[in-house]
Amino acid sequence: MIRPVAVAGSLLVLGLIAGCAEDSDQPLVAAAASLSPALDEVLENQSHDDGAPDAGGVEITYDGSSALLDQLREGLPADVFITADKATMDRAVAAGVIVGKPKVFAHNTLQLITPAGNPGSVTGFNNSLRGVDVVTCAAEVPCGRLTQELVQDQGLKLQPVSEETSVTNVLGKVTSGEADAGVVYTTDALKGGEEVETFDIPGAQSYVNEYFVAPVSGGDHDLAREITQTLESPAGQEVLNAYGFHSP
Amino acid sequence: MKLPRRVGFIAIVTLIVLTLPLAGLVTRVPWPRVGEVLTSPEAGQALLLSLLTALCATALALILGVPLALWLARLSRWVAASARTLVLVPMVLPPVVAGLALTAMLGRRGLIGQPLHEIGVSISFTTAAVVVAQTFVAMPFLVISVEGALRATSHRYGVIAATLGARPMRVLFRITLPMVWPALITGAALTFARALGEFGATLTFAGSLPGTTRTMPLLIYLSREQDQDLAITLAMVLIVVAIIIVLSTSRFIAPASTRGPSWQ
Repeated sequence: MIRPVAVAGSLLVLGLIAGCAEDSDQPLVAAAASLSPALDEVLENQSHDDGAPDAGGVEITYDGSSALLDQLREGLPADVFITADKATMDRAVAAGVIVGKPKVFAHNTLQLITPAGNPGSVTGFNNSLRGVDVVTCAAEVPCGRLTQELVQDQGLKLQPVSEETSVTNVLGKVTSGEADAGVVYTTDALKGGEEVETFDIPGAQSYVNEYFVAPVSGGDHDLAREITQTLESPAGQEVLNAYGFHSP
Repeated sequence: MKLPRRVGFIAIVTLIVLTLPLAGLVTRVPWPRVGEVLTSPEAGQALLLSLLTALCATALALILGVPLALWLARLSRWVAASARTLVLVPMVLPPVVAGLALTAMLGRRGLIGQPLHEIGVSISFTTAAVVVAQTFVAMPFLVISVEGALRATSHRYGVIAATLGARPMRVLFRITLPMVWPALITGAALTFARALGEFGATLTFAGSLPGTTRTMPLLIYLSREQDQDLAITLAMVLIVVAIIIVLSTSRFIAPASTRGPSWQ
């Protein structure tokens, strides 16, 4: 009596698994999380300008640059790889997951933010940050590396109460009022909108994270070339600048 | 009772399926680096913090959860079902959502957190916050485990003891709890293991600072950003420690034949 049930059950499970595994013919871009939603808008505009109705059918997967690299190494069927820093792209080159030469298309710099109303009475990237709850990125992630360099350059002794694993978490802690101040990218400061107050950091222009785009080996190289051109085009740059990215 | 062969077969296959990912991880451990990882101060700090907080969380879960289980076990079927569902909620929530919920309650602008913050008590970004997060997600394991065992045991012994003059507290510690000892121990082991592996709620509610709130799972996640080998090695260390601890609790479970009230 158990046999027909077992057979039916196994077939059902196998069928479900096979059905859930998607076909990977869909063009896919693996992009650093900080590019969301800017990249969506850039690529959307691309399809309108071209006039070609299918150009906008590109799927984007957003994640940390490092996590995406791991996925690519494990066989993620992406066509284009976009990282938020040079170090991760260098690792991608070394791992052989991309072909050709990666190109820089945008820069990101850091800004200081506080919750709306500035409860910690912060006056800028200075000693007013001592004694308040400051949150930064951990040194292991690109925005954290940049923060460390900036802090050292300024000679400021910063004692964060938390070193987050992603810049989104830093923004989240500031917008929710848990932290009195946070160091994030200008793009994140913009995303914070009315919920944050921003302070420029003197000298921040010298410390940038470079966004690189490169074709993934085994992917659609024509699509990669098309997307690179769109990112470098004046229209693409305009959209990126609107979101807070700087042109290289 | 002899186990039907098919059942035994499925059991073995399932066990293999459950342990294969672990075996896969073992094959990826960069063995030459294990020494370097074991002696690094960051790893040591994170491991110590993890063990301490998980222990505190388990103790807290026992102190708070056992009374809850005892109370739940006495409720009528339908009331118990509703109450039990509430207890299960932290288990059902994705851990990050649990962290958001804790922040909504105990954060600076939280329901309880705001008045506390105004009188100068702030639990965000402290080790206490880590313990709270771990207790919140792990305690349901203990409660459900103990409640199930309590419902399965007979009230007779407790009633007899009461007629012999024993007060409720004495009945509790001499009769009721010893009878569910195995469930208590496995429930505690489960709670400890869950607390040790807790990540999402800790990250969202307590933050991540070395020595204060950066537990082992947080360090592993962070290490992945730069060095996947290091992350895997750290993960292996955590798994081995967890296995040792959970295994050692089995010696506290007496064999089935001696289960019963402990006459002193």
